[in-house]
Amino acid sequence: MSTSDKPETTLHRFLANPLALGAAIVLLVIVLCSALAPVLAGADPAFSAIRDAFLAPFSAGHPLGTDSAGRDIWARLLYGGQISLLGALLALVVAALIGIPAGLLAGYYGRWFDSVSVWMANLVQSMPGIVVLLAARAVLGPSIWISMLIFGVILSPGFYRVVRTAVINVRGELYVDAAKVSGLRDSAIIGRHILTVVRGPIIIQASLLLGIALAIQSGLEFLGVGDNSVPSWGNMLNEGFRSIYRAPITLLWPSLAIGLTCAALVIIGNGLRDALEERGLSSARRDRRKNVGTATAAMAALPAVDEAALDEAAPLTRPGVNTADESETIVTAPLADLEFVPEPVWSDSTPLETPEPDPSAVLSVRRLRVGYGSGPHDKTVVHNVSLDVHAGEVLGLVGESGSGKTQTAFAVLGLLPTGGRVTNGSVLFDGEELTTRSRASMRELRGTGIAYIPQEPMSNLDPSFKVGSQLSTPMMRRLGLDKRAARTRALELLDRVGIREPERTYDSYPHEISGGMAQRVLIAGAVSCRPRLLIADEPTTALDVTVQAEVLRLLRELQSEQEMAVILVTHNFGVVADICDRVAVMNKGTIVEQNDVESLFARPRHPYTQTLLGSTLEGGPSRIDLDRAEAEGAHR
Amino acid sequence: MLSFIAKRTLLALSQMLVISAVAFFLLYLSSSGIARTILGEQATEEQVAAKTAELGLDRPLPVRYVEWLLGVFQGDLGRSYFTPQDVSDALISRLPTTLSLLIATTIIAALIAFALGIAAAVYRGWLDRLVQILSIAGYAIPGFLFALLLVIVFAINLGWLPATGYVQLTTDPLGWLKTVILPIAALSIGVIAATAQQVRGAVIDVLRQDYVRTLRSRGLSEREIIFKHVLRNASGTGLTVLGLQFVGLLGGAIVVEQIFALPGLGTVAIQYTSRGDIPVVMGLLIITSLIVAVVNLLVDLGVGFLNPKARVA
Repeated sequence: MSTSDKPETTLHRFLANPLALGAAIVLLVIVLCSALAPVLAGADPAFSAIRDAFLAPFSAGHPLGTDSAGRDIWARLLYGGQISLLGALLALVVAALIGIPAGLLAGYYGRWFDSVSVWMANLVQSMPGIVVLLAARAVLGPSIWISMLIFGVILSPGFYRVVRTAVINVRGELYVDAAKVSGLRDSAIIGRHILTVVRGPIIIQASLLLGIALAIQSGLEFLGVGDNSVPSWGNMLNEGFRSIYRAPITLLWPSLAIGLTCAALVIIGNGLRDALEERGLSSARRDRRKNVGTATAAMAALPAVDEAALDEAAPLTRPGVNTADESETIVTAPLADLEFVPEPVWSDSTPLETPEPDPSAVLSVRRLRVGYGSGPHDKTVVHNVSLDVHAGEVLGLVGESGSGKTQTAFAVLGLLPTGGRVTNGSVLFDGEELTTRSRASMRELRGTGIAYIPQEPMSNLDPSFKVGSQLSTPMMRRLGLDKRAARTRALELLDRVGIREPERTYDSYPHEISGGMAQRVLIAGAVSCRPRLLIADEPTTALDVTVQAEVLRLLRELQSEQEMAVILVTHNFGVVADICDRVAVMNKGTIVEQNDVESLFARPRHPYTQTLLGSTLEGGPSRIDLDRAEAEGAHR
Repeated sequence: MLSFIAKRTLLALSQMLVISAVAFFLLYLSSSGIARTILGEQATEEQVAAKTAELGLDRPLPVRYVEWLLGVFQGDLGRSYFTPQDVSDALISRLPTTLSLLIATTIIAALIAFALGIAAAVYRGWLDRLVQILSIAGYAIPGFLFALLLVIVFAINLGWLPATGYVQLTTDPLGWLKTVILPIAALSIGVIAATAQQVRGAVIDVLRQDYVRTLRSRGLSEREIIFKHVLRNASGTGLTVLGLQFVGLLGGAIVVEQIFALPGLGTVAIQYTSRGDIPVVMGLLIITSLIVAVVNLLVDLGVGFLNPKARVA
């Protein structure tokens, strides 16, 4: 936090980028040289002396030599810079004058102006600029100023689009609504709120468009259709190209000038974008942190355990000291071992060893630790998790969001997101260590050994492929079925998971089926290769309440049919009560309590479990009880 | 699917109609004394009046536009002011050169850009950084400067390839290849830079999608996931960018044809526009917008094929 609190502006970040700073200096030098041409040139750019043609660089009086007409290249380069840069600037100003107001209007007011202007922008951009400029040249003559004026119109959609997008993004923001409600005039809102937002994109776009204008202007003049009475960089190129065999060096100078200016503008544009994005990134990071904070606070705000108090209590407890206050000792006890302690006799003076892995279990996880990143920024999201799942058993992995339950599941599957890795512990599947397995051999295990049902059905089907091919391909690859057999089995599976018209669903794209059906398809896909272990990550959270019960029943049936071991990741004790045999409760990356369902519900031992149960079950005072008590109090 | 094609075709046609009308009126309104320009300063008033009547310039502009448009539908683009040539003959004879250049460039650039973009997104690390730097370089430096550089290095200094000249693809494929390698290289660089960057971004986006993790959880090979699922979902973006790049490519071809002295549309364009030959200019505009429309239609169809959701729209 301390770094982002520093008064660091976008300009600071931009200047801290050496490439961008270098580009800005190069551009500044070029602009200054052109502006000071009368002082620096030392010669008349138009003065021609035929006998001095093609003098080499560093000749007397001609630092860069002379061209085919004996004119001083250094002087022409400086004066040419004036013309070329001013020409490009003219195009930019015209583009800005048209594009920015149009973008503001289209983005802010929308409606018919939006559709018409989008259509026009598309139209303008559908023609190659150089062709339009050639056509204009045919009737208007070879003036660079007229060309750049017209090119400004052609460039204006460049401004229009970024401004419109930025305005549309900000229009829906709450503070803009608030300003509207509080009666601020539209012009004031645009001036105060909208312009500050679109300023950055406009500056970036300006540097890019300026480069394009310069490139097209030089290109046009290079073709020889420009006004060759003025010394511009493009005209110098044209002139040099004509004597490319005699003196290719005359091509070098204008090429360098154009190339350096264009490259500098693009690098400056990119640097500005990076600097602005970094600001966006750091504020986004702050926002996220805030959200996580409020979410956990909301969860914990229910009956008891003050999390902050627990955190503070932890360092106070020293080993060997039996404190009377139970909540303090619990925090420091080796919490993952709770399942193996029959009685709640916890003491941090005698930390219990995690038992050896269970050979009869399908999955036996010991002291699993999952971390992200490395070095000083690494973050451990799962600490010391140990659990066992046996064949035919459903283990519920319960905890609020951010408790590390999904990360545990991904670690077992070997599918942690980029940057995440198992930093400690072991994962035994059928007695085989998985954490040391190569990526390729983990793949051989997935689908047939361990399968996965995701949380959000719609985002977990590839939108570009039909449901059928997404079901049958894994069976062809992993079970060696041929196409027909895979199709037959896929149809059977669809029927089994309760889809009424298997054929039709088989031939549908994901966007053509409902969320409930998509989740059934995903369940069918997960069990299609007869896995020994099924990991279901909140399989019912995204579904309607009526569908939830059906899907749970289906899972339970499939589980007993196939004698699968199942880990059901959920935050919902109702789901746990419905289908789980045993429960592991996770909090802050650690398993705090593990027991069979009846015992856990009857006698939750860890205060965190009690908090969670209290907030969902009838055991504690219900909302109605509380309301009634309050009402009685009011009457008294 | 058919109604989708019909809709897009209609849209393209209406766009061409608007472009041609705007161009026609702007060009004729801003040019004065066409007959005088053609005949020269010495011509008498009577001669100028006769020429004006002969070219039909004395009649109202809207009538002339409708006549021109009717001609276009019959493949008649009118007659050049300065040469006795039919505009359609002059342009269509040059079309194969330009089209073969553009198509070859698009295919080669697309292959390289997709390969680079996918590799950068999948492997990240130094390869990713290299692609990023190349993209900025390719974007920052104007294409015609690359073309000049290629001419100086490979044609003049090393003498490996001809600097100018053109051989028809149909008469001598190998000779054709030699004459177009440098032009294609010069045109491709910008397209590759822009497209690779976008493909990279799209692939990274798709790799982060939930369904990719689910496909991995099914035990499919990484190669199948990337080349079947990720590629297909990222291709829509790549194709759209290629379509936008193609418009720029048409402009770039004009410059590059001039540098390498290829007898394509670009050479005609420069030759006739500097004389103010409006019928040729109009023909050039209508052919260019036709090419753009066809390419846009192909891109729309391609995106529709790749993305079943887009087919409905």
